[in-house]
Amino acid sequence: MNSLFTPLSWDDTGFILTGVWNTVTISVVAILVGTLLGLAVGFMRSESNKFVNIVFGGVLDILRSVPLIIQLILFSTFVGAIGYPLDPFLAGSIVLSLYTMAFMSEVFRSGFESVNQSMQTAARSLGMTYWQTVYYIRLPIGLRAVFPSWLGVSLSVIKDSALVSVIGYMELLRTSDQLISRTQQPLMILIGVGIFYFIISYPLSSYGRYVERKMAI
Amino acid sequence: MEYEFHWNIVFQKMPELLNGAFVTLHVSVLAMLLGIVIAILLAIAKMNNSKPFCYVATVWVEIARNTPALFQIYMAYFGLGAFGIHLSPYVAVLSALVFINAGYLTETFRGGFQSIPSTQYSASKSLGMTSFQVYRYIILPQMLRRIYHPMTNQFVWSILMSSLGILVGMSELSGTTQRLQSLSFRTLEFFIVAAVMYFIITKLVLISSSLLSRRLFKGEI
Repeated sequence: MNSLFTPLSWDDTGFILTGVWNTVTISVVAILVGTLLGLAVGFMRSESNKFVNIVFGGVLDILRSVPLIIQLILFSTFVGAIGYPLDPFLAGSIVLSLYTMAFMSEVFRSGFESVNQSMQTAARSLGMTYWQTVYYIRLPIGLRAVFPSWLGVSLSVIKDSALVSVIGYMELLRTSDQLISRTQQPLMILIGVGIFYFIISYPLSSYGRYVERKMAI
Repeated sequence: MEYEFHWNIVFQKMPELLNGAFVTLHVSVLAMLLGIVIAILLAIAKMNNSKPFCYVATVWVEIARNTPALFQIYMAYFGLGAFGIHLSPYVAVLSALVFINAGYLTETFRGGFQSIPSTQYSASKSLGMTSFQVYRYIILPQMLRRIYHPMTNQFVWSILMSSLGILVGMSELSGTTQRLQSLSFRTLEFFIVAAVMYFIITKLVLISSSLLSRRLFKGEI
């Protein structure tokens, strides 16, 4: 009689690699989209328009103070309930990107606000147009200042992408979860997963700390 | 949109949801307190330059910061089973949160402590203060001011991350919501209410923390 559980074998490599690939894809998508949206929202909020602040402030507040897992479940059930079920990748990327945007916009806003007001006035008085001051003064100076925080948010997105598994996206932690229930070898598989996340985040976080140290001096 | 909302069932189950919210608050407060205690020890170990302790603290901090929270919970819940340790969902989530909180707070504490120039210590000593007085009146008040906001953020983070208990069947707010929705099939209603409750909890924490900071630091923060 065959054993109920089959041990881990080399045939599972492909399955695990799909998980790795999916984790990387959804993180990259969320970071890219989140950064672009965050840049736009952060820029608008730094202009301190009252209407923009009230609308975006409320939305961002909700995105930041409701757990990601609840947002994922709510969004995927909601689109299902109104009759447009999305596949897990799409639903996951939308929620994760918006969640990223919420944090990125604060990062970028503080960057834009850190640019000296007198520098912009000087640029305007030299005859630059509004968009030229944005492009040549505020973007380069503001963005350089927030690079370490940007890296920090991106890292936390890579880690939070593990939660997309709740709506059925086959990312790394979910594939390992399934392998665990088949093989009953949790420790080995989980250590492998941990090492994967570690070798992605550790170099980035050390680099972030290095940049931060260099900029502080 | 053909979905019909049925809110009655949610209001009937409100006591259970509130109980879940209480467990959420409970586990995050406990995780925060234990995390602070361990983080103080780890920060001392890291600054002490005694090799073995420093090494343990560094490994702890790096693992906590560079792996997902869900991974830590799985490790505590499934992984420790390999050593014959079977934790209940509550203990598994609690220990994972303590592990991460301690990892993040170590760096916060160390940064806070190192931001105070050591000349202040020598200056106070030369004014005739004892070591205890220096810490009590000079170093701790300044340090508390610098670590207050990071600590509040960490607390809010641990409230939000305790929602991962849903994946190991813990009966905190999201786990209770999950159980109730699978009994009644009213997914949207239950999760909307849960989202609102999380929002209220985090807002209450943030508001009370800013009130407390106003009282503690008299608006100097």
